[in-house]
Amino acid sequence: MSEVIVVTSGKGGVGKTTTTANVGTGLAAAGKKVVLIDTDIGLRNLDVVMGLENRIVYNLVDVVEGSCRVKQALIRDKRYPGLYLLPSAQTRDKTSVNESQMRKLVEQLKEQFDYVLLDCPAGIEQGFKNAIAGADRALVVTTPEVSAIRDADRIIGLLEANSFSQIDLCINRMRYDMVKRGDMMTVEDVVDILSVNLIGVIPDDENVVISTNQGEPLVGNHTQAGRAYKNICMRILGQEVPYLDLDRSLSFWTKVTGIFHKSQEGRA
Amino acid sequence: MRLPKLFRRRASREVARDRLKILLISDRVNCSPEMLDMIKQDIAKVISRYMMIDTKNMEIQISKSSVYGIGNKNPSLYANIPILDLHKSN
Repeated sequence: MSEVIVVTSGKGGVGKTTTTANVGTGLAAAGKKVVLIDTDIGLRNLDVVMGLENRIVYNLVDVVEGSCRVKQALIRDKRYPGLYLLPSAQTRDKTSVNESQMRKLVEQLKEQFDYVLLDCPAGIEQGFKNAIAGADRALVVTTPEVSAIRDADRIIGLLEANSFSQIDLCINRMRYDMVKRGDMMTVEDVVDILSVNLIGVIPDDENVVISTNQGEPLVGNHTQAGRAYKNICMRILGQEVPYLDLDRSLSFWTKVTGIFHKSQEGRA
Repeated sequence: MRLPKLFRRRASREVARDRLKILLISDRVNCSPEMLDMIKQDIAKVISRYMMIDTKNMEIQISKSSVYGIGNKNPSLYANIPILDLHKSN
């Protein structure tokens, strides 16, 4: 049975696109057939995060307007069998597509794929309405900051009003050193305030920037963020995965890099 | 080690959490913190007619889901009012 998941947040810049890319790639790496749809018309980005920007021929608006067939617009990611991207249009705006068109498109894709992931634009206007139209499950991304949590709460309210049965929360850019100092809200604080099911916590990891620079999602690799994203994928697949003890692994890595730096100094 | 810091300022985590809690109450019901405060004062006034309550420590909040987990999706108004004396002494 296929699932349609919308990745949304309300606020911009909290990591929707990065999360879509990594969760989608992780699900494909687990052997699922996955299609990622960038619904941010006018400001497309999922293609660059995935490193597929040079292979775009047709886009979402072309498909919806009937200028091409769905199959022609799908870009196959050569790194994983079963991973496809439907890019957004860069020179159009959000009003180029409506909700019923999105619903129809998603229905069509559901027949061929195990997972349809929709990368939602920031805001609560037409772009958001389009993105959630065909979805039956939502992944709400937030960061442990007042503004992002406030917007996430608003989004959760709107999703509930649209009778979403499953809403999961992903807390991004968690900094355990700041939590320890009492300068950042804890995972428990955020979950308590938003009162939704937590599906994963991604630590603030500079490797995310590096992976975006390279256009290669980091899910599944040895980095902290890579491991955390893999855990989210496994939880989406219905497996019970314990939460990473990031505090411990952080101090462990500090120790390791500490030794490394010392030895570098020794050599220099 | 942490003591001087503690005296200097409140942990910003707590400030953020408390601000958010108040902010979301008004966001969820579309009413301002001032209005909520007026509701609180009115409730206190009414109940004070019948018993002595601790108005300083009373809490009022609007939660998204029902407090008792009953299946309705409507927000509910939740008031926690400590009673000092059940019999009002005049």
